[in-house]
Amino acid sequence: MNDTGLAVSNLATATEELSVSVWRGDQSGGRFEQFTVPARQNQTVLDVVAYVQQHIDPTLTYRFACRVGMCGSCAMMVNGEPRWTCRTHVNNATKENRLEIAPLRNLPVIKDLAADMDPFFDKWVGAEGVHHPSRSRHDPIAPIDPTSAHRIEASEGIECINCAVCYAACDTVAANDDYLGPAALQRAWTLYNDAKDDGRAAILEAVSGKGGCHNCHSQGGCSHYCPNELNPMKAIAGLKRATTASFFGRKGNS
Amino acid sequence: MLDIRLYMLQRITALIMAPLTLGHIAVMIYAVQGGLSADEILARTQGSIWWMLFYGTFAIAVALHGAIGLRVVVHEMLGLKGAALSAFTWLVAAGLAALGLYAVMAVTA
Repeated sequence: MNDTGLAVSNLATATEELSVSVWRGDQSGGRFEQFTVPARQNQTVLDVVAYVQQHIDPTLTYRFACRVGMCGSCAMMVNGEPRWTCRTHVNNATKENRLEIAPLRNLPVIKDLAADMDPFFDKWVGAEGVHHPSRSRHDPIAPIDPTSAHRIEASEGIECINCAVCYAACDTVAANDDYLGPAALQRAWTLYNDAKDDGRAAILEAVSGKGGCHNCHSQGGCSHYCPNELNPMKAIAGLKRATTASFFGRKGNS
Repeated sequence: MLDIRLYMLQRITALIMAPLTLGHIAVMIYAVQGGLSADEILARTQGSIWWMLFYGTFAIAVALHGAIGLRVVVHEMLGLKGAALSAFTWLVAAGLAALGLYAVMAVTA
């Protein structure tokens, strides 16, 4: 039997059921609503959310795009932990056949499972997580040595998909509204080490303010939950070193 | 809430406290070996500018370090911010410094 035939067979014989608790509401408040969905052998948390929306309640609001772990738009709290739902297998997330799905922590809710990402991206800009051109289009492209220490540091962080899982996992973000958060700070560290970026002083200035990298307690929730296995905590430690060196008037490792 | 100046001040005071703590513990262990009484210890410390500087530096470092640490705790756990947070930080720093320096003066002046 080919893949398609197997999938159809699974659909036809699905008798097991899964109880799903989905958060419904908006900024003014909300509550968990119970749904019963078919339990498949192979399904992601996003599949479950989509099933609820397509077969039970079409008013359920959630966000997704690529479904393959590229776009970073489908992150939610699954049984209290931040996950990229399109790449999270239900069997790996359920606890005692229970699945609780909620909008991302530490962000305002737009509706149901869709969190408002504005504060998250505003902080990217706040951390100078923007390109600072060093050359114009008329100049030759800057040569990049992939083996240089700076490039290796930069390359460690470039696979960030902006899913905000680390932001939702961070207890410092939860406790400190001003804190820029792990994703924005990792982006700042990546650009700081990028030979094509000319904003080092601006970056160090941006991450040295009252919401900057020095608020990180190195609890490591960001690195633990990052679905791409990046290490924002290490990036933040790098920023702490660079700002400290700058504080004492040294150029540091720049 | 915790910018680089406060961060550096807390780390620098920690660097100052580390050797002073070791010195304090070493002197305590040394002093009790021979069974020195309180009067005998005071006779050695009172009027000593060096002990005054040693423990005076210690007390000020503790006051700054502790106030910054408590500032973070109070902000994150109780939500104190703005002018109230600054006032809290200064009050704790001043209180700890006053208590510490009062004790230093009593032992070394």
